[in-house]
Amino acid sequence: MNNAKDRYRTILGHRLFWPVAVLVVMLLANTIYRPGFLSIEVNNGHLYGTPIDILRLSAPLILVALGMTLVISTGGIDLSVGSTCAISGAIACLYISQAPDQNNLVTVFTALAMALGVALVLGAWNGVLVSVIGIQPIIATLILMVAGRGLAQLVAEGQIITINSGPFRAIGLGHFLTLPLAIFIALGAALLVAALTRRTALGMIVESVGGNREASRLAGIRSARIVFLVYVVSAACAAVAGFMMTANVSSADGNNTGLWVELDAILAVVIGGTSLAGGRFYLSGSILGALIIQTLTTTVYAMNISPQTALLFKAVVVIAVCLIQAPAFRAKFRRRGRGTPPPATPSPQQQKQEVPA
Amino acid sequence: MTTTSLTTGPSWARLPRRHVPVLVTLALLLVMYGIGVSQYRAFSNIQVIFNVFIDNGFLLVVAVGMTFVILTGGIDLSVGSVVAMTAMVSAWLLQSGLPALVVLVIALLIGPTLGFLMGCAIHFFDLQPFIVTLAGMFFARGMCTFISDASIPITDGFWTTMSQYRIGDPRGNFVSISVLIAFAVVLVAAYVLSYTRLGRNVYAIGGNPQSALLMGLPVARTRIAVYTISGLCSAIGGILLSFYTLSGAPLIAVGMELDVIAAVVIGGTVLTGGSGYIFGTVLGVLVLGVIQTLITFDGSLNSWWTKIVIGGLLFAFILFQRLIGIRYK
Repeated sequence: MNNAKDRYRTILGHRLFWPVAVLVVMLLANTIYRPGFLSIEVNNGHLYGTPIDILRLSAPLILVALGMTLVISTGGIDLSVGSTCAISGAIACLYISQAPDQNNLVTVFTALAMALGVALVLGAWNGVLVSVIGIQPIIATLILMVAGRGLAQLVAEGQIITINSGPFRAIGLGHFLTLPLAIFIALGAALLVAALTRRTALGMIVESVGGNREASRLAGIRSARIVFLVYVVSAACAAVAGFMMTANVSSADGNNTGLWVELDAILAVVIGGTSLAGGRFYLSGSILGALIIQTLTTTVYAMNISPQTALLFKAVVVIAVCLIQAPAFRAKFRRRGRGTPPPATPSPQQQKQEVPA
Repeated sequence: MTTTSLTTGPSWARLPRRHVPVLVTLALLLVMYGIGVSQYRAFSNIQVIFNVFIDNGFLLVVAVGMTFVILTGGIDLSVGSVVAMTAMVSAWLLQSGLPALVVLVIALLIGPTLGFLMGCAIHFFDLQPFIVTLAGMFFARGMCTFISDASIPITDGFWTTMSQYRIGDPRGNFVSISVLIAFAVVLVAAYVLSYTRLGRNVYAIGGNPQSALLMGLPVARTRIAVYTISGLCSAIGGILLSFYTLSGAPLIAVGMELDVIAAVVIGGTVLTGGSGYIFGTVLGVLVLGVIQTLITFDGSLNSWWTKIVIGGLLFAFILFQRLIGIRYK
């Protein structure tokens, strides 16, 4: 009995419990509303179905959220990812559209490399502003967020560049082992980042810089270099996400590619349990957060609600999640114990908060 | 930019350092206006200046509210959506036949209420302003489309009068009533910030919230008040926008929060709080307006250059604030 209660507590106290619970509740609600929701069928050797769609469409957001997680864990924020998506997509599409043979693999890879290179430069720009010049991250990246949209339109000369390239389209819509290729790209990136941060000391160094930059520097960590690095990684992730977004529609629109993706990514990271104050990060949580957001969007589409109205639901989710994570909010509903309570242990009141979300 | 010489040169030595950013913005504005006048003959027409005010009146009002928030070290991302929501709600209520005065009161109450709630969440639960106002932004934008997917025209007599009435001299130069309202808001805000207890508390909290608390200043009340003020300014901005466009559209003023933040920063207000002036914000809005006018006058430059130039200016100003040694956390 006691043992069972302990186990129950452990599960409930796991930091991924609430994100998973929200996701499951949303999937259940969808299935009740539309019984065919979870069905997957094989067609032409590829798997099709709403769950697969959710995975495929959430791939760009997962990528952006990965980079954003690292940035946020250093106590920063990167508002420029949406613009970076637009710029990298526009450059890749521009190069491909001017090539004689759009289906040539070499052309496509050159285009991707060029766009990725530019994105890395943009990330380095952000990194220098934050780590060397010491500008507040939110305002440093705001510069690129505003100017980047203009740059993307400058690259595309205000047009929507449409291309007809099979290999490029495959990034967004292609299949590999019956599943969409985009899922594998996102998964690959996630595993790579996870391996680099969790199998080496890098992750802990990033967290320590987020916890206290100056103390980390005194402890022998090159804080400035780490901060610089996370912005570059974030831009690289955003660039790949930008390829997917443009490949999905085979065109680059400087105005709308990756519009508001920075907000969705920040939201995904926060839902995943990474605190905006920095010092800790949870990659798996961010991925779950991205899935939750995409499921929410798909649900709203499926229920014939205008996508803009989905923002109402998002607002509720953001506030609920933030309140649950806020120590001040918990303290109001909990008798103060000795010391600080473990960060992810929920209380009954939180359950009441979470369910409507 | 040879900015460092400004602070070290002997003739500038007595100039308070906190005034320097505003003066630089003023210089920039004058230079840009000078360029405009020297390049285009029609630019010297006084109506060009009036048009900058007419086209940016609502932006000015919203930027004033944002200045309060940024002075306390916070940020309000919800302003653009609240502007759209206010315009949308007024258009919708007018369409359903309510009298103009009632609509005006209701529309002006929504923004401050949302701001008040956001302020409470930020203060009492110690949430980041960024994320709370982000939720507010989602909420307000969602409400817009919840009311209607399409734009609603306004045909009400009061609104059309406010929109079309011209105050001007016999030579045909004029301003709209909106500009006068915007000026009134600016004057009231400048008075509040400089000469009232609330205003001084705003600066104190922006300078150092801990010290402000220890000094016994009402941190809670002030913090909630600035978000309420920002909500009120956004609501007034929304009304002005509905005067200007005579409609409420669900996707209007998307991304406006960035323009507003850019205007405030270019106006010399430091994002970490504690330093800045309403007058600077006015100059910041004017700089944005003159950039737009210059690009329109040029004709060969495309609209996206506006964004690139604003981004460049943001960078230059932040770098400049850094160089003259204004504190960043």
